[in-house]
Amino acid sequence: MKNNEILSQIPEIGEEQIKLLEKLSNAVSVSGDESEVRGIVMEEIKDFADEVRVDALGNILVTRKAKVDDPVRVMIAAHMDEVGFMLVDDEGEGLFKFEIVGGIDNRQLVGKPVLVGKDKLPGVIGAKPIHLTTADERKNPIPLDSLRIDVGPGNSKKCKVGDRATFATRFETWGPSLVGKALDDRLGVATLIELVKHTPENIELLAAFTVQEENGLRGARIAAYSMNPEVAFVLDSTPANDLPVWDDEENGRYNVKLNHGPAIYRLDAATLSDPRLINHLVKVGDEFEIPYQFRQPGKGGTDAGAIHKQRGGIPSVSISVPGRYAHTAVLIARKEDWKNTMRLIYASLCKFSRDLLLADR
Amino acid sequence: MKSLIKKLVETVGPSGYESKIREVIRGEVELYADEISVDAMGNLIVKKGQKKKGGLRVMLSAHIDEIGVMVTHVDKNGFARFTTIGGVRPHTCYGSRVRFLDGTVGVIGGERLENANHVHAIEAMYIDVGATSVEDCPVKIGDVAAFDRPFEDLGNRLVSKAMDDRVCAAVLIETLKNVKNSPHELYFVFSTQEEVGLRGATTAAYSIDPDLGIASDVTMTGDTPRGIKMEVALGKGPAIKVKDGGMLADPKVVDAMVQCAKKHEIPYQLEVLLGGTTDAKAMQISRAGMPAGCVSVPTRYVHTPSEMVDINDLNNAVKLLTAFISEPIKLA
Repeated sequence: MKNNEILSQIPEIGEEQIKLLEKLSNAVSVSGDESEVRGIVMEEIKDFADEVRVDALGNILVTRKAKVDDPVRVMIAAHMDEVGFMLVDDEGEGLFKFEIVGGIDNRQLVGKPVLVGKDKLPGVIGAKPIHLTTADERKNPIPLDSLRIDVGPGNSKKCKVGDRATFATRFETWGPSLVGKALDDRLGVATLIELVKHTPENIELLAAFTVQEENGLRGARIAAYSMNPEVAFVLDSTPANDLPVWDDEENGRYNVKLNHGPAIYRLDAATLSDPRLINHLVKVGDEFEIPYQFRQPGKGGTDAGAIHKQRGGIPSVSISVPGRYAHTAVLIARKEDWKNTMRLIYASLCKFSRDLLLADR
Repeated sequence: MKSLIKKLVETVGPSGYESKIREVIRGEVELYADEISVDAMGNLIVKKGQKKKGGLRVMLSAHIDEIGVMVTHVDKNGFARFTTIGGVRPHTCYGSRVRFLDGTVGVIGGERLENANHVHAIEAMYIDVGATSVEDCPVKIGDVAAFDRPFEDLGNRLVSKAMDDRVCAAVLIETLKNVKNSPHELYFVFSTQEEVGLRGATTAAYSIDPDLGIASDVTMTGDTPRGIKMEVALGKGPAIKVKDGGMLADPKVVDAMVQCAKKHEIPYQLEVLLGGTTDAKAMQISRAGMPAGCVSVPTRYVHTPSEMVDINDLNNAVKLLTAFISEPIKLA
């Protein structure tokens, strides 16, 4: 396929896609109970998938056949779950003790509205107001076991221990920005839905909408084992820490920057990306003049950490949409970065051939 | 043996970037292999022999990656900030030199310390490659380097960076050359990404699906002034692993190795290591599990740029492994 044909076929990120992202962002799907997002994804893909299966852990495994003989089998993963809370003790009068599911900084909790359970009952993580705190108390973060989710006596019987909760943030767009909770990784999910709807004809697409990424890459592990692909790409979201620093020095720990394009991974705590795939993404980015950036090598991990170690090894790389304030009540991403992520993954798939894997890593 | 070790340790190959060291090793083993392959993780897998009566399918693994650093950011004055690959400890960094895959050399410097007795955190250090700006800096985000220190021959004792685990790669190479008429189907795996979590051995063990897994790796010693409490010493023979931080070696494998050493009058030590682990852990729990063990090479100053081994331990490790895999292995 010629480059200008590829460019003309890149799936659009327009109003319709942003509407879908809104629905996905507002859904409550804390790790281990991803049913709401799963429902939305199933509805979106059902008319496009050649095969669909929900596995034992709740991953959606989709196959889209290629239009060529002996196509390369490419897995693309995006996780459906999000960080959040679980009610662990009912103390009566609508007060619940809770635990954090996945990684959330305690200091992000106080005073935040939340939604509890499948019925999305409103609640709040309450704390003593400033009138009643001492100067010493205000110096320290409030420990988790002193915090409660307060749903009030009216709804206390409608939620129970074991129910999940999330921040109550509703999705919005602010000019060029996408603003909402759980955009890590609903941005990846929304991108993957578009790829299922518009699959490049040269590959067999194995789309994995995974569960339980935030509590240890658990869904991706079994998804990769059963799909047994030749190569894997992971679509995720990674924190942009690109604000000015307090002493006006150069910010050398930005991780990634907004508006600098999709972030390609080289090293995180779980994966050393396959250099052949990094080079491929870079080459395609340069050729098609799609902006991209490298995520600063360091901590963290994506589904690739589990995928690349399955069976005899699966060459893997991750691409993330940058987002400020990840794992808090609000994440801010840019439409342009999402569009460029779509462009980069789509063009890279169109340009992908098995020959890339014939050279030794 | 010494020249082989020098060649192996002086090749740059941090985890995930083992292509150079893999090619060096390929050159060494080509003449002795029945089949050679490289898998998705970059493991070099050398097959030798067929399973005969009483034989097993045996995987032997020595990792060819080494600890190193990766650039995270080049600042406007050309200083490169970095993160670690594998277990690099901050106190081994300041003043060390690193060599990038393309040969570029840099020195590690650090921000001013409030207290000179403190150690720089990794985040407070940088690599200085002699650049003055981002534009003239030859390295960029994502570039990879290993510590740079020449190989020194002190007689019986040898010193270099990356003895962990290139000495055991040398042990496997020599064992491969020596082994004749083995009843076993042998897979010599020169594995990748051990230092970041046994990743290469994990996938190699799955593909090979052996009956028995044996790793060869370095272990610590307790023979230095006010060092750790540990029985293993330099020069007293290869260490047969009983336990480490990630694996309990199969007692049947330990016993078979001990019997083999005794029979052939090869000096050996028993190893109980409190921290750390080896590729044997990944093999032991692969698929439905397998008996696994490890022949260790006692090493001082592990994960510093000056790791010290004893040549006699290496020669005896070759003897022990050669004898062990040349005979039927009784795991009753």
